[in-house]
Amino acid sequence: MALDTGFIGRRYPPTVPYEVSRAKIAEFADAIGDDNPVYRDVAAAAALGYSDVIAPPTFANIVTLEAAYAVVHDPALGLDWTRVVHGDQRFVYERPLRAGDEITVVVTVESIKTLAGNDMIVLRGDVDTVQGERTVTSYTLLVARAAESVDA
Amino acid sequence: MSAVGVRLADVTAGDEIAPQIYRVTRETLVRYAGASGDFNVIHWSHRHALEVGLPDVIAHGNFTMALAARYLVTWAGDPGALQEYNVRFARPVVVPDTDEGASVEISGRVVEVKDGGLVRVDLAVTCEGLKVLTQARATLALR
Repeated sequence: MALDTGFIGRRYPPTVPYEVSRAKIAEFADAIGDDNPVYRDVAAAAALGYSDVIAPPTFANIVTLEAAYAVVHDPALGLDWTRVVHGDQRFVYERPLRAGDEITVVVTVESIKTLAGNDMIVLRGDVDTVQGERTVTSYTLLVARAAESVDA
Repeated sequence: MSAVGVRLADVTAGDEIAPQIYRVTRETLVRYAGASGDFNVIHWSHRHALEVGLPDVIAHGNFTMALAARYLVTWAGDPGALQEYNVRFARPVVVPDTDEGASVEISGRVVEVKDGGLVRVDLAVTCEGLKVLTQARATLALR
């Protein structure tokens, strides 16, 4: 079933503020095996001009994916989330996230297309500090694969 | 690991970035699940992976994306150099329950050096010789 293109441009309310902590940054850096000291040592971060330890580039996924899933589960949108796969992911950076940032995500439906029975939806996630500073913008392409009856 | 990376003056279009191999085991996936908050069962349960038609447990696509970002910013030195980063999740990284797990190989090539220090890099990200990420490319601001 094709998605309602009337949802293009729809903007969802900001997520509950998420506080970026030194401990979570270190945990994330450990999980991806990156021993760069700018993720753990305030002095190393300061040497590169940062006021506190910074987060690895894809740390934003922690908040953007959750925000995207909330939209995917919006019953009004009518996306069959049991067939949804993450197709593409793009980040556009203003600055690295750093310890002490309090961030929210505002998700906007950027585009909706149906291609060979597959619903394709791009969600833009604006990741801003609660003070209103843009840190990173996420573009997530989700693909709801066509039901088997469509393929036949 | 030093935070000192490549210098803009030493970068030319066509440069190859040294390939790296990253080992991914079930322990890696458990750690990433906890750190990222993505507890989808296909990333840790063999039984559930089979139920949805996968050959075995697979790595989080975003984990593989994070590995490729690690590769990029290790080359650049400063993670803040990354301006734009794109990937397509083309094929899953299947992670068997063995000590060896899976190996992800990442290599990069400088495709353009623009005025002002913006450098475009294309990445090749493979597992068992097959591309797992496609359209993997980044723009970095080097000094």
